[in-house]
Amino acid sequence: MSVGAVEPAPSKSASTGTSGDEGTPSTIGGSTRFVPGQSNRQVTVVNGKVQLGQRLKDLWTNRDLLILLTKTQLKVKYKGSVLGYVWSMLNPALVLLIYYTVFKVIARNTIPSFAIFLFCGLLVWNLFNNSANSATSVVVANSGIVKKVAFPRELLALSTVGVAFILFVIQVVVLVVFLVAFGIVPSFAYFYTLPVALAALLVFTGAVAIFLSAVNVYLRDTQHLTEVLLMAWFWSVPIVYPYGQIAKVLTDHHLAALKFVYLMNPITTIAMTFQRTLYGRSQYTVNGAVSHMLPSWGPLTYTAAVGAVLGGSIILFLLSLMVFGRLEGNFAEEL
Amino acid sequence: MSVAIEVKDISKQFRLYNERYTSLKERVIHGGKMPFTPFWALQDVNVDIMEGETFGILGRNGCGKSTLLKCIAGILKPTSGEIRVRGSLAAMLELGAGFQPDLSGRDNIFLNGSLLGLPHSEIEKRFDDIVAFAELEQFIDNQVKYYSSGMYVRLGFAVAVNVEPDVLLVDEVLAVGDAAFQRKCLDHVRKFQQEGRTIVVVSHGTDTIRQNCERVMVMNHGRVITVDEPGEGIRVYLADLLGVGTLDNSETGGIEGNVFAIGTVQAEHGGMGTRHHLYPGESLSIIAELDSLAAVPNAMATIAIHDDNNELVFASDPDDPGCQMEVPLGGGQIRFDFAEVPLLDGTYSVSVGIRSLTDTAIFDWKDQVTQFEVANPGRATGKVRLLPAVSFRHRPTGLTGEVPVVTRLDSAEEVAS
Repeated sequence: MSVGAVEPAPSKSASTGTSGDEGTPSTIGGSTRFVPGQSNRQVTVVNGKVQLGQRLKDLWTNRDLLILLTKTQLKVKYKGSVLGYVWSMLNPALVLLIYYTVFKVIARNTIPSFAIFLFCGLLVWNLFNNSANSATSVVVANSGIVKKVAFPRELLALSTVGVAFILFVIQVVVLVVFLVAFGIVPSFAYFYTLPVALAALLVFTGAVAIFLSAVNVYLRDTQHLTEVLLMAWFWSVPIVYPYGQIAKVLTDHHLAALKFVYLMNPITTIAMTFQRTLYGRSQYTVNGAVSHMLPSWGPLTYTAAVGAVLGGSIILFLLSLMVFGRLEGNFAEEL
Repeated sequence: MSVAIEVKDISKQFRLYNERYTSLKERVIHGGKMPFTPFWALQDVNVDIMEGETFGILGRNGCGKSTLLKCIAGILKPTSGEIRVRGSLAAMLELGAGFQPDLSGRDNIFLNGSLLGLPHSEIEKRFDDIVAFAELEQFIDNQVKYYSSGMYVRLGFAVAVNVEPDVLLVDEVLAVGDAAFQRKCLDHVRKFQQEGRTIVVVSHGTDTIRQNCERVMVMNHGRVITVDEPGEGIRVYLADLLGVGTLDNSETGGIEGNVFAIGTVQAEHGGMGTRHHLYPGESLSIIAELDSLAAVPNAMATIAIHDDNNELVFASDPDDPGCQMEVPLGGGQIRFDFAEVPLLDGTYSVSVGIRSLTDTAIFDWKDQVTQFEVANPGRATGKVRLLPAVSFRHRPTGLTGEVPVVTRLDSAEEVAS
């Protein structure tokens, strides 16, 4: 049944005087009428399809909202106080202290400036871990908005990446202080690998965050599962031990081919790039014996490696968006 | 005038699970299967909402009107079909839905404005307007969790209307705040209408629809019953609300499938010919034409009268032997004669029906099919014309002497002291 033929009497006339808006009058259907704000009368289509291109466009046009959602989370969490951010550093500081005590003081490894090495890896891990953990529950926790307001809900998941990124930046500042204090010189030749590595880290984390936030709406124990998996994941990444030890063990067991499998872990490659650049060395010598910590690649190889991770992460990100798009249609019903 | 919202073949299926497994553990235990009953909240909804139009959606609870609104807003995705919206859109499904209780009113204006799709710079420009509109200048830096519910809702409304969308979706939230604020909200809605914005209002209050909308769509069980002028739409909706007969347009009023059909219904009153209205106490006759396809020995005529607030004033007594009638083939005329109408001012609508005497079957029912107006020339107020006989009887006292006479209030005070 189409009712297009019935038209109400066009009793409207353009009235721009009442509003402080700077909208430009445009001619629609022969009569000049008021067009608000930035509206260019674009057509929004709502249907059952995923519309990946539209989603990406919406993410871009709503970037203000991403920043705001991130700020909101930070404000709610830390009440906007400086002390709040200090508290946010308590957890990573304690973790660093514990691992340092266990692996350096008790297990007595020979790695020089172990705290710095540890910090470089933890930095990467904390961003991923914080975001993945809080993203899992973020849609469920914000069900009030999700059910009543139309906006790209992926932004909720991405805002957890935003929060994790802010904490990451604070930790980087602390790390720089450490580097200066310990007199560690980073490998400046490797510096250009860092933006690529960081981009890869953010995109990969975003992909995981979006995926988990959507799945958790339907399977609420995803949250607990994520925690367990993240713990396993953490120990599979060379953070508290250097990659060189894994490589050595694999070679000793004639399993050198498996090194490639180990490096498939995207967080591993990203963490190693940060370690190589900021920790500033790939090997050390104790009593004349050389211990390899990291692959002795040049900066180009590292860039290629994280570049590959970035490429894979972008594909994952798009896939996550598609999964999210499929699951999102019934969020309002499931929550 | 072009189409602002084009709703094409929209269907939405919900799954009603007998038992819902919301965790992976449960899913695995039950082999991944979740038995469900499909429920169609919307079925093949088609409607074009014109630019600049104020469009109402009426329906009972659970008829799918809110689901449709959520689909238009993009909060829910339809199972099939497509909706095209021209221009920017803001939905007011729940005022203050996006508020973070821990943030200040100021922060929440930015957050909520952004959620509704307004860029940061625009919100900054309109910030003062929003605060002024919400009348919250004093409290804007307080945390929203300390707001009263009225303040909360006012802020929500202020943000939503200041977004100034091309298309505004409203879900029964117009009645917020005190009388003064309500008037302000209505003024704002009127301004929107004048500016040529499209407004879609969902409600089950007929008054809101009648006062504000140019067209109304009536929905029932996820389907469109009719799209029409408010008056006709509301009539159909009220008929639907009473659950009488089938609502399919092709059948109402038709005699097919029904033994009886009530034709025209007229009201005649004592003042006919001289006045449009009747005076309290005058006579009234309701005359209904009845067509019958068969002889029905045990039919019963019923009549109901509602006032302008849609409250029932009178419904006929089913045990009244006068209502019971034997209707021969062909039909005839049913008359309800009221010797005098004991009502005061008002417009009253009359519903007439014919039903079975032996069971609950309703053969036909014409809801609010005609009306009559009572105008009271006297000064009695209220609803019902009661005629009390007033008298005074003296109670003797033993008092003697001069009797004070009170003619005014101040002289009464003198007497009392």
